[in-house]
Amino acid sequence: MTKNLTALTMPKFGLAMTEGKLASWTVSPGDTVREGDEVADIETSKITSGYESPASGILRKQVAQAGETLPVGALLGVVADADASDEEIEAFIASFKADTEEEGGEEAEATNAEPRVITVGEHSLNVRDVGRGEGVPLLLIHGFGGDLSNWMLNQDVLARHQRVIAFDLPGHGASSKDVGDGSVTVLAEAAYELLKALDIPKAHILGHSLGGAIALALLRDYPQAVQTLTLVAPAGMGREVNAESLREMVEADRTRDMQKALQALVHDKSLVGRKMADNVLRVRRLDGAREALRTIEAACFANGQQSIDMHPVLEAARIPVTLFWGEEDEILPVAGAKNVPAHVAKHLLPQIGHMPQLEKTVEFNRLVEAFLEKSQVTA
Amino acid sequence: MQISRETLLRSYRAMRTIRAFEERLHREFATGEIPGFVHLYCGEEASAVGVCANLTEQDTIASTHRGHGHCIAKGVDVGGMMAEIYGRKTGVCRGKGGSMHIADLSKGMLGANGIVGGGPPLICGAALSHKVLKDNGVAVAFYGDGASNEGTTLESLNLASVWHLPAVFVVEDNGYGEATGSSYACAGTQKDRAAGFGMPYMECDGSDFFAVHDAARDAIDHARSGKGPVMLHVHLERWYGHFEGDSMSYRAPNEVADAKKNHDCLESFRERAGQDKLLELSALDEIDAAVADEIESAVEAAKQAPWPEEADLMADVYVKI
Amino acid sequence: MSKKSFRQAINEALRQEMRRDPTVVLMGEDVAGGQGGSSGVKDAWGGVLGVTKGLLTEFGENRVLDTPISEASYIGAAAGAAATGLRPVAELMFVDFVGCCLDQIMNQAAKFRYMFGGKARTPLVIRAMYGAGFNAAAQHSQALYPLFTHIPGLKVVVPSSPYEAKGLLIEAIRDDDPVIFLENKVMYDDVEDVPDEAYTIPFGEANLTREGDDVTIVAIGRMVGMANEAADRLAKQGISCTVLDPRTTFPLDEQTILECVEDTGRLVIVDESSPRCNMACDISALVAEQAFGALKAPIRRVVPPHTPVPFSTPLENLYMPNADKIEAAVKAVMMQKTREVA
Repeated sequence: MTKNLTALTMPKFGLAMTEGKLASWTVSPGDTVREGDEVADIETSKITSGYESPASGILRKQVAQAGETLPVGALLGVVADADASDEEIEAFIASFKADTEEEGGEEAEATNAEPRVITVGEHSLNVRDVGRGEGVPLLLIHGFGGDLSNWMLNQDVLARHQRVIAFDLPGHGASSKDVGDGSVTVLAEAAYELLKALDIPKAHILGHSLGGAIALALLRDYPQAVQTLTLVAPAGMGREVNAESLREMVEADRTRDMQKALQALVHDKSLVGRKMADNVLRVRRLDGAREALRTIEAACFANGQQSIDMHPVLEAARIPVTLFWGEEDEILPVAGAKNVPAHVAKHLLPQIGHMPQLEKTVEFNRLVEAFLEKSQVTA
Repeated sequence: MQISRETLLRSYRAMRTIRAFEERLHREFATGEIPGFVHLYCGEEASAVGVCANLTEQDTIASTHRGHGHCIAKGVDVGGMMAEIYGRKTGVCRGKGGSMHIADLSKGMLGANGIVGGGPPLICGAALSHKVLKDNGVAVAFYGDGASNEGTTLESLNLASVWHLPAVFVVEDNGYGEATGSSYACAGTQKDRAAGFGMPYMECDGSDFFAVHDAARDAIDHARSGKGPVMLHVHLERWYGHFEGDSMSYRAPNEVADAKKNHDCLESFRERAGQDKLLELSALDEIDAAVADEIESAVEAAKQAPWPEEADLMADVYVKI
Repeated sequence: MSKKSFRQAINEALRQEMRRDPTVVLMGEDVAGGQGGSSGVKDAWGGVLGVTKGLLTEFGENRVLDTPISEASYIGAAAGAAATGLRPVAELMFVDFVGCCLDQIMNQAAKFRYMFGGKARTPLVIRAMYGAGFNAAAQHSQALYPLFTHIPGLKVVVPSSPYEAKGLLIEAIRDDDPVIFLENKVMYDDVEDVPDEAYTIPFGEANLTREGDDVTIVAIGRMVGMANEAADRLAKQGISCTVLDPRTTFPLDEQTILECVEDTGRLVIVDESSPRCNMACDISALVAEQAFGALKAPIRRVVPPHTPVPFSTPLENLYMPNADKIEAAVKAVMMQKTREVA
């Protein structure tokens, strides 16, 4: 196609999502959109999220109407250049529909990988391992109190180019609840053991929040296993932390309290719905889950401060490192990005909270892909 | 077997305390100061005390609507009981239960009970606790001849036998279920009922502390040693009405007078203690005086004690909501 | 996490709590089902519907106790054991049998703590089957949760799915108050994902199984599934419903009910219990008192008629609430308007 016709399709947010509701269009036919602009709100049972345009152009057609519930991958609309004719748009829609009917099976296979529990040393870890490709695999490490669903808007996109592994840290999600002394050293060791168990000698590591500190500990303790580091609002870059919110995220036992606690993670509070809070509570209510988090909290965030300093590790890093931080982060303040050494490529994101990977999905994914691609080449 | 001097003194004191407590309630009730209704245990003291003298604090009892005697015999605080009966915040149940619901689980007293036949099933459970927790405890259900006809009681006799529980069923047979005579209301005999459920039966004169004590010792030893439940049938006489204010028009005019004259467990205790040189009567007189003082202060304190407040109304419906 | 039936979820909850806490004991008619039988197999039945199967074998006769058919004695024993150091789970088989042991629940277990001035704990769970739809007729089909909800001192749980059943039962066993736990007998083979680990769901917090804009449907126990089915159909017709499962009828999550009614302005309550003085009445009164101003239409109750549960299939079908009746009720409230007040 020369006219840059791009399909807007029902995105897949998370592991279990098979369909979503087009809550509303936020742009009208004829409007100009740029890649990354939010064009619609999508509701699922777990999350309401903005859908960002994968391309720049003009929204030429809204195929789906607000209120419709559609399967993942279904055509929502078409973005194209102004000079594409209406006939071309219609032909594109017809051929899209024909294609997806043929490809349906394959697509489902590629993205529907269910997590599985594997035994790694003393832990059973819940692991979601998707994607193929020649490149060095990517390991995603979520933050304190999170789980692998934190990557629901990223993992499958990043898996287009390489194998991408997300897992629940010990004490989190569906993994076993023994966290030892709760230190990043113990958690990094579990991550390293996981790589070994999956036969991965070396990986790109992407860590969020406490997962960022774990990624750095991995580099410190197992440098041979780390190809590059991508740090998202990492812990260990300063003293300050919103201890109150962390405590609520552990202790809240009512949906409404948990929803409030989780809202501190994002700048756009409407992203955190009741269902999302319910899903976090389901994990919290497993026997041993809160105790595990309390242990980690005591080891890493004692007395209302960050008690780990990963700065020296970052200073000493001799591999490509990139950093993302939301300027409106309410958990670990963006000030932590200030003292980062010059060799680190920084992306400070305005109007974004503690979870850029959820709040600024398209841009985040694109920047990560670019970073990984570049380092593959240089490696 | 010889009963120790200490047990005798303690038992006499308990019986005297029950008597004085109940006599005083009889008087105070007539003044209109005591709310609700009370059922007095006068004349039956040796039963509660003779049985409980063989129990430890760990053992459990369940009582009846006529429960003051069992509470005192099992060691519940007398001042707290009096305050409870007066409906005060300082009561053993903080004024929430009253005469018919006095309980103190820390003393193994599972409660008086406003429901006739309420206790025996509970005692099966308490006995099960002793058995499962292996604490060597026994559980004792006190119930009247009236309650002996309740399905709950008969079911409990069966269950205790089926589960082979360390339970003792003490039938306090005072001849009346409220106003109706047990000669009318109880078919067959208690003895045959025990036999029907395959458990040993013992009986004794409830106005004789020593008789109750010895029979109860055998019954409790049987249960404690893992041989299963026992029935102990105690023959008693009730000196007052079913409740205070009962005219007792259903009883012959001389029945109560005769009981007071010829079947007073305190008098027979003093006689026996003197005859057999078990205790000096002066020691018993001292107890009488001390108990009189204790009851006097209990009543005074109860009358002075604060009423429960509005905040107490909704307190303790649940452990946690 | 794996697929488990409602029956397996309950069995697993009992097993995990018995492993965790040696004071948890089970008792009931045929909970082992085989004591004294000529087969010599003591763990023969595991409850009339097999819910407690295998527990006698693991935990022994001191902790899994077959009882005589003698509800007053063993429910009373469960109350007495709870007050003296055990955590009994007593199975009443069919909740209709409560007629034989109501005193032990209503006058004894429920009132100990209050009557004794806060000095008793009665960590007792009574499990029983409830509900129509099984051709079990009038003495084996009632939905008696309103009866228990009426009694201060009791907590009342009516789980709506296997996941809910496991978490709520573990919560019930760990709770220090007497809890009535009612299992819908038609749901034992329902299957869903249930974590393998032990977990709890707190009492008194409603679960929103879906969120919508037009009508709030409050549904209890098995009715939650029917309400969701109706809501699915209604969504295709452009009517979006919130479906709210209170989980426990006491404590009742009044706040969430009121918030949902504030949001949607319309309320349909689906309650399988007899219509006089049931939860639908109770929730109607709550909303009438505290959210009257938010109502755009009168409240509708989808409840059975005031009759004993009939035996014959066509009559029982007429008797039961179902997705069609819920759908019709929701459409009716969408058509109705409150009277304009000048």
